[in-house]
Amino acid sequence: MAEYRLEMLGISKSFPGVKALDNVSLKVRPGTVHALMGENGAGKSTLMKCLFGIYKMDEGEVYLDGEKVNILNADDALHKGVAMVHQELQPIPQRSIGENIFCGRYPMKKLLGFMPVVDHKKMYEDAAELLKEVRLDFDPKAKLGTLSVSQMQSVEIAKAVSMNAKVVIMDEPTSSLTENEVEALFTIINDLRDKGVSIIYISHKMDEILRISDEVTIMRDGQYIGTWESKNLTTDMIITQMVGRELTEIYPKKENTPGEVVLEVEHFSSIHPRSFQDCSFKLRKGEILGLGGLVGAQRTELVEAIFGMRQIVEGEITYKGKKLKIKRPADAIKSGIGLITEDRRGSGIFGVLSIADNVSVASLNQYLKMGFVLNHKKIEDLVKDNVDKLSIKTPSSRTQIQSLSGGNQQKVIIARWLANNPDVLIMDEPTRGIDVGAKYEIYCIMAELAKQGKSIIMISSEMAELIGMSDRIVVMCNGRITGEVSGEEATQENIMSLATKFN
Amino acid sequence: MNKSKANSKRIVDLLINNAIIIILLAMVVFVGITKDNFVSQGNFVNLSMNTAVRFIVAVGVSGCLIVKGTDLSAGRIVGMGACIAGTLLQRVDASNKFFPNLGEVNMLLVLLLIIVICGIAGLVNGIIIAYLKVPPFIATLGMQTVVYGICLVYTGASPLGSFRSDYTAIGTQKILWGWLPYLVIFALIIGVAMWFLYNMCRHGKYMYAIGGNEVSAEVSGVNVKKTLIIIYTLAAALYGIAGFLLAAKSGGATVNSGDGYELEAIAACTIGGVSTSGGVGKISGILLGVLVFELLKTSLQFLGVGSDYTYIVQGVVIVFAVALDIRKYIAKK
Repeated sequence: MAEYRLEMLGISKSFPGVKALDNVSLKVRPGTVHALMGENGAGKSTLMKCLFGIYKMDEGEVYLDGEKVNILNADDALHKGVAMVHQELQPIPQRSIGENIFCGRYPMKKLLGFMPVVDHKKMYEDAAELLKEVRLDFDPKAKLGTLSVSQMQSVEIAKAVSMNAKVVIMDEPTSSLTENEVEALFTIINDLRDKGVSIIYISHKMDEILRISDEVTIMRDGQYIGTWESKNLTTDMIITQMVGRELTEIYPKKENTPGEVVLEVEHFSSIHPRSFQDCSFKLRKGEILGLGGLVGAQRTELVEAIFGMRQIVEGEITYKGKKLKIKRPADAIKSGIGLITEDRRGSGIFGVLSIADNVSVASLNQYLKMGFVLNHKKIEDLVKDNVDKLSIKTPSSRTQIQSLSGGNQQKVIIARWLANNPDVLIMDEPTRGIDVGAKYEIYCIMAELAKQGKSIIMISSEMAELIGMSDRIVVMCNGRITGEVSGEEATQENIMSLATKFN
Repeated sequence: MNKSKANSKRIVDLLINNAIIIILLAMVVFVGITKDNFVSQGNFVNLSMNTAVRFIVAVGVSGCLIVKGTDLSAGRIVGMGACIAGTLLQRVDASNKFFPNLGEVNMLLVLLLIIVICGIAGLVNGIIIAYLKVPPFIATLGMQTVVYGICLVYTGASPLGSFRSDYTAIGTQKILWGWLPYLVIFALIIGVAMWFLYNMCRHGKYMYAIGGNEVSAEVSGVNVKKTLIIIYTLAAALYGIAGFLLAAKSGGATVNSGDGYELEAIAACTIGGVSTSGGVGKISGILLGVLVFELLKTSLQFLGVGSDYTYIVQGVVIVFAVALDIRKYIAKK
């Protein structure tokens, strides 16, 4: 038997403008739990997608039990014995557990000797057998939708078992589980390990990693950092390896001096118990407040709730000394708050509309004659001013926004809010997917706004950007605010330890 | 070399994207040359009158299409407008009068009444779509049936005729030596008013924004619900006006007046460049679309194609037009 169940050697993968994976290796022994760790954007998911055939790797080789394999797509991966329990499950809740397990490969029989039909009896017997293996006491005929998230996950694992998976990938399997459910999952993982299955376990939760895994591989910025035996590791060692990069990027000089408190958020709690809970923080005039945390920390959800896009069960906003009731984004905008959303394509741009329309849409109310007719002259000036101010590169303001680069699209959206002149601007991942030059320009705009006395809340998953731009950083983990560091004190290590402080 | 290749690809794209207009215009030219009466004042005026009524319906539907919705109740609401006008604007001395004791009602009052009643149907459409989030396809399909039922109950399915001459004059009279029908003037006024609304007013900007990206619109402070309700209400008011004119033009009204107009209107909008994927559409394009579609019908008539076959051709053109529109959208991804 080969020493390793799975070997991925020298894997590289580039996307336009980014080297997502640079000569990465991963070696997993049979019958072990192998943790894969790294910051946001370290390349864990990309590596797994390459293994699963969702992405084509540019370079590199994959061996299963010492044999070289070429995995074409997800289906091929399953047939070769590699299964993935997804971060976001994609089951069919309206159908039964059995059908979900055997979807696409139903056991068949011949009716009247010639007509192929699904053999339901065999399917449910087999499903019952599989459910026993993952210790799930459920009728396989029950609708999948009646199960809890953790039980659905167990069904996914049962599915993997039924495919005789040799390698099972689990991407953040415990992110939405309660403590008891985590225990149940660990029992299943131990069972699988005892049967000789190799498990690749992706998680940010240090204590879980140290408890369940045999080995840990750490990645950073698309590169392989190293593999260690878990018993020789501590939380601090892992954090050091995850963040240990030089901060070389350059940020504009800060000339702002935070003043009095403008916005105070108190006890914000989502209607969803697993989203943000009891979040409170303050924002000062002329301050850039960073909101740090790992992907899934619910930062986006929190700011979208402040902006009136999501519902809360509890929470108060005090803005310039007055209580604010924000039910819809329009209410927030009226009070002078703006939000640049994380998903530029989904909730930012109007792809088919012109740059002029994209810039002016949030401020049309200020340019009305007789209550409904627009003052086109003034709007044109407004658009022109802002397009010039942000040096948006476009042939004309009538150009469709979707023909611009990501950086220029982002600048158009910033222009939309500048046109509206808000006092508080929330920017959710303002530089995601933008080239370096445009990034620096956006940093300069932010610094300039702060200098003018505007307040900015910036969500960023890039540690360097967070530390480089923020006057103060509030860190979230798992829907809660776990701490706060000042811009001077901020280091990658202290932010990361707050960002992984699950409690 | 490469550039000429890119150029020829662009030309091919342009031809395919406008295939329907090109094919239909070619057919019109063919019919115009081969058939004697096609290019004549009579045919021209007839065409412009047919176009006028359908243009008003198409402009109404266009707002719904631009916000990625649709309105299948259009045709039946046209019918409701026609029936209300038909019952209230009969000659005082007509036999079988619907309201035997009714005197001469002010025509403008009748038109306003139609706008209000039809507008209410649209308002309900809008509220159901904006607040209950029922897909527009289903909501307006339901309204289509409801309105038809209301018309049946109201008129008892009896055909209405013997209209007052001042009323039928609106639908038949022409000025400028018989070249310019009143109907066309109505359509022009409505076209200009809607152009103004779409291009010069906040409502228009919000409408295009919602069609471009509803979530972005909400985030930008657009009152999406209110805008949707205005669009559907206004659309239905326009159908009502179209119904008023249709009955005047044909000199009679039944519960089946306006039947099927919604599909013609949607097809005309799509031919005219209103995208079913939202956010795109111009009044001028809609006019072109309606005109092309009417020309198609007239040409087929002149070619001696039976009206039964015409339905088949129209159906094919509608699906083909939407397929071409979707093709443009997919190519952009």
